[in-house]
Amino acid sequence: MMEAYQYPDGSITYPGHPIGPGGEEPVDTIDLSEYTAEVITWTTSTAAPPGVREPNTLAVVEFDVDGEPVRAIGGVTTGEEVEIGDEVRPVYIEELREPGAGIREPDSQEWDGYRFEPV
Amino acid sequence: MENVAIIGASMTQFGQRDGWVLDLLSEAGTACLDDAGVSPDAIDHLYVSNMASGEFEGQTGIMNAIAHDLAAMPAYTARIDQTSSSGGAGVKHAWQSVASGASEMTLLVGAEKMTHRTTPEATDVIASITHPVEYKHGVTLPSFAGLTARLYLDTYDAPRESLGKVAVKNHRHGVHNPHAQFQKEVDLETVLESPIVADPLRLYDFCPITDGSAALMFCPESVAKEYTDDYVLVPGVGGATDTHVVHERTDPTTMRGVVESSDIAYEMADMEPADVDVAELHDMFTILEFLQSEDLGFFEKGEGWQAVEEGRTERGGDLPINPSGGLKSKGHPLGASGVAQVYEIYKQLMGEADKRQVDADTGLACNVGGFGNCVITTLMEAN
Repeated sequence: MMEAYQYPDGSITYPGHPIGPGGEEPVDTIDLSEYTAEVITWTTSTAAPPGVREPNTLAVVEFDVDGEPVRAIGGVTTGEEVEIGDEVRPVYIEELREPGAGIREPDSQEWDGYRFEPV
Repeated sequence: MENVAIIGASMTQFGQRDGWVLDLLSEAGTACLDDAGVSPDAIDHLYVSNMASGEFEGQTGIMNAIAHDLAAMPAYTARIDQTSSSGGAGVKHAWQSVASGASEMTLLVGAEKMTHRTTPEATDVIASITHPVEYKHGVTLPSFAGLTARLYLDTYDAPRESLGKVAVKNHRHGVHNPHAQFQKEVDLETVLESPIVADPLRLYDFCPITDGSAALMFCPESVAKEYTDDYVLVPGVGGATDTHVVHERTDPTTMRGVVESSDIAYEMADMEPADVDVAELHDMFTILEFLQSEDLGFFEKGEGWQAVEEGRTERGGDLPINPSGGLKSKGHPLGASGVAQVYEIYKQLMGEADKRQVDADTGLACNVGGFGNCVITTLMEAN
């Protein structure tokens, strides 16, 4: 599940926060993996940190959830270039980078998640 | 509230240094005491700007260690961590300590020791500031720069070459900075043909990994007059934050922390962007110089690249930006960088910048933490 939070003013954030942009607590969750998104911008990183695939193509994408925009960042599944404006869909990946290879404590966070696949 | 003055400044050689973080802090700290003509027992507050001595070196408690090494006890001390803007945050804390009346003499020393780590290791230490949803994708600060640069070039129809010209300019400026890590010019062709790091940005669009330290001495203007006739005033300093999660920003090409922190500083100093004669900006990546020069109000949104193309930000231009060579040429020892920016403006306003000297009565330093997550803007003027 690619969980986003929705707040009383209708705004949605990914990830969710205890208090939303309007200063209120969330009232609902939304699974963004059920939606497609548009590429806002992208880059291919060739200087990846320990435990990360190289090259690592990343994209910032924007979902349209019933008229409410919500953005997310993630890798591109193919590792190939995409273009601004391309449509992508989230694809589940069990392990996005190698836990423990980098500085962050392996148990401190989840390592699975979603990459984006061009539609 | 009394005016806050800077009466002394120092910086070490930036680059790959043999010493460790405490050695670097001591080197800059003793040099600043000497430059200001202040005895260690006169120091009321001692702040240390540093992002990650524990992570890089396994050395914590450095604020107490340097207080001891400089014989500054029983001065109040604290380590200031605001990631890459730790130096600027130190300036703000030092300024507040004097402006509030809590301290009549405050020493600020910033330092970072980084080059003993490999580039991937250092990149990961810095990337550990990211949100878990960013970190697990291998997002790094350079990749934020690549994402933003592509959007900026696309949105404002700016040529890729304009980013390269920031690197060329700042390397040219750094030739005359004896403390800079790189004191050599690079041509545009070299920049544009260097290896890709985060497409469309290449190696020469990025600052290096650096060891170094810098220090400043703050006091009320009335106390400054007891030590010297020549000092620099700090009429405004502002700090602000933007989202921790970078992709949540509605317009990624606007750094709200820069806008908000400079608004605070301008209002405090009763100044406008047009009043600034010289600026040191946080060019950790070339794209950041465009964004800051626009969000500080120097140029219209989307036109910062044109100012670089027209040579307006050269040392001889109408608004010299990064006469020190910037982070790009001078280097970026995280906790020291914001202090070294103010050091450069201090030297410019004191007329002590030698071959780097520009004609300036006022100056601005903008220090950026993360990818604009935390920002400190400092305004200065000659007395």
